[in-house]
Amino acid sequence: MNLPLYQPSAATSTRFLFFTGKGGVGKTSLSCATALLLAEAGKRVLLVSTDPASNLDEVLDTRLTNHPTPIPGVPRLSALNINPVDAAAAYRERLIGPMRGLLPAAALRSMEEQLSGSCTVEIAAFDEFSAFIGNPDAAREYDHVIFDTAPTGHTLRLMSLAKAWDQFLDSSTSGTSCLGPLAGLEKQREIYAATVSTLADASATTLVLVSRPQHAALREAERTSNELRAIGVGNQCLVINGSFATACAADVTAQALQQRGIAALTASAAFIASMPSFIVPLRPINILGVGGLRVLLSGDASAPAAASSTVVAPESDWTPPPMQSLADLVTDIEQQGHGVIMTMGKGGVGKTTVAAAIAVMLAQRGHAVHLSTTDPAAHVAQTLAGQVPGLTLSKIDPAAETAAYTQEVLAAQGAHMDEAGRSLLEEDLLSPCTEEIAVFRAFAREVGQGTRRFVVLDTAPTGHTLLLLDASEAYQRELERQARSTQPEEVLRLLEHLRDPAFTRILLVTLPEATPVHEAAALQADLRRARIEPFAWVINQSLLHSGSCDPLLQRREQAEHRYLTEVVAQQAHRTVWLPWQPEEPVGPVALARLAASNLTPSSKPILSRV
Amino acid sequence: MKSIQVYDPPMCCSTGICGTDIDPDLVNFAAMLSQLSQHQVKIERFNLGQQPMAFAENPAVKASLEKDGTEALPLIFWDGELHLQGRYPTKAERPAWFIAALGEEGAAV
Repeated sequence: MNLPLYQPSAATSTRFLFFTGKGGVGKTSLSCATALLLAEAGKRVLLVSTDPASNLDEVLDTRLTNHPTPIPGVPRLSALNINPVDAAAAYRERLIGPMRGLLPAAALRSMEEQLSGSCTVEIAAFDEFSAFIGNPDAAREYDHVIFDTAPTGHTLRLMSLAKAWDQFLDSSTSGTSCLGPLAGLEKQREIYAATVSTLADASATTLVLVSRPQHAALREAERTSNELRAIGVGNQCLVINGSFATACAADVTAQALQQRGIAALTASAAFIASMPSFIVPLRPINILGVGGLRVLLSGDASAPAAASSTVVAPESDWTPPPMQSLADLVTDIEQQGHGVIMTMGKGGVGKTTVAAAIAVMLAQRGHAVHLSTTDPAAHVAQTLAGQVPGLTLSKIDPAAETAAYTQEVLAAQGAHMDEAGRSLLEEDLLSPCTEEIAVFRAFAREVGQGTRRFVVLDTAPTGHTLLLLDASEAYQRELERQARSTQPEEVLRLLEHLRDPAFTRILLVTLPEATPVHEAAALQADLRRARIEPFAWVINQSLLHSGSCDPLLQRREQAEHRYLTEVVAQQAHRTVWLPWQPEEPVGPVALARLAASNLTPSSKPILSRV
Repeated sequence: MKSIQVYDPPMCCSTGICGTDIDPDLVNFAAMLSQLSQHQVKIERFNLGQQPMAFAENPAVKASLEKDGTEALPLIFWDGELHLQGRYPTKAERPAWFIAALGEEGAAV
């Protein structure tokens, strides 16, 4: 498949550009590189991140805030982060601040608790986001506004909210709708309506679907494409990042990598042909700083990176730090006989694969195991295409959970109500908040299962996970306040369970690269603030000892050394090492083999079969 | 014209479904207010989470909060007189509210 290189042009780019895709595909790098290119072509560009776990600061090497900050060395380029958690805090303070001294402390505390829920976070983020699009004055001084959006599930919610709410406002009859946390929402109505029509306007908005030459990432891009097209976002293009071709015919690793990419692209040929599609070649370095960004979209497929142009001396004497296999970790975990294992980390690092491998191994050792995912973009079923005795599977599907919760509420409460009450309840149940609550309850329910067996949870990408945990904290406080609660016991015990190191084991999954390691470290710090201590780190897809003769892969392997050392020495209580796999590990056999992989420096290359 | 003022505890929506627990009396109460408002009863509803200033500006409400904390909520006033405190009217009580607001004939509608 011969696809052109992705080279955004100032002449043809729309005013608004949205980058979306599965976590880890390179949305941030590509949106930054596009912004840089347009700015250097003379355009005034604003880059906006709406990802709660944004790493825009790291990529641009600039400390950003929620206001436009000029990027040093790049005239006409400014960037800002919308952190929904911070936006919610600011929103909370706007409401509570003026009341200090006017209302008693108990009333203020009560307000704060109510405004700590996930609804408030979601609404505050959406409010900020739409301000740039729906308000013609907000970004007037910029030719282009580029959004480095949150991981896909979150993006979809954020973007479909624009439409859902617009419809919700139209159909709401009671006057006091469930849009409460955004008091005065009616005033924003025009902005939201303008947001919806701008997103659907092909001359104003382009959706850039970012993918890797991998099955899961391409499937995800296709799903996103269909969903967003269905809500009116029709001007789309596809960028396949990390395309790789090797000149080393005898190198099994390089050949396998190339073949895997070709196979994935062939499988998605119809989707790729359905819209303008482009490639960005795999680069030997982590794309950081303005220099790295220039390399990413440079026309030369093998352009040496400015940042790594000094050839690193071969470190033949470098010894890897002590790391264990996933099988060893499972041996530690299985002593308990039951409990919850959660994989967390940046999107795209392999949380699902690691969770599935652990679940398969526990089941094969005779334990009762349940594997579940809260990832809105779940593909766990595909990853575990086989059947293993003792292993059950489920996924938390937001739409199905919302429908079930709505039914449950209507069945339990509707009976006690008159007709008018029932219809009002039904109307409020249509609000966006209902989904948050339904998904949260499902998550708590899965965690609660761990008292009787092993539950392995493949949690959502980092940002969404943080929101879930924040919700969990807020719920806990509210529940403690409410004596008459009728919540299921597992909801009441959620935070207690998450904090119990004998019950919940959190595994931070990362790749041996700068951004995933630093995001996992930030997540670990957040978890520790919530008094939750991760059990282990898992370094996935390592090229160490791959024995590759491809110069690009050799450089990537060498670049891993410092991150392996950093994780083992500074971050983790125990570290698991997993090799890069020539085939995507799908099914029980491949997953069990992955889990058994050992770091044995003296042995032959691990990738002995293609 | 009769009027009802309601000072609700902080909540996301009028029926409380966004909370962790659903109070059927609250949902039915919200529906009742909606009906009454269509029959010449002036309804004012304030949510501590959204309109805190209304709580601070009403001396009776502020005094209740200072004395009993948020346990005092909801505070429901009829024509400015405190009528119910700490809970919403029950199913058994609601017919009397309709009669009081609309008269015997109106309540039968």
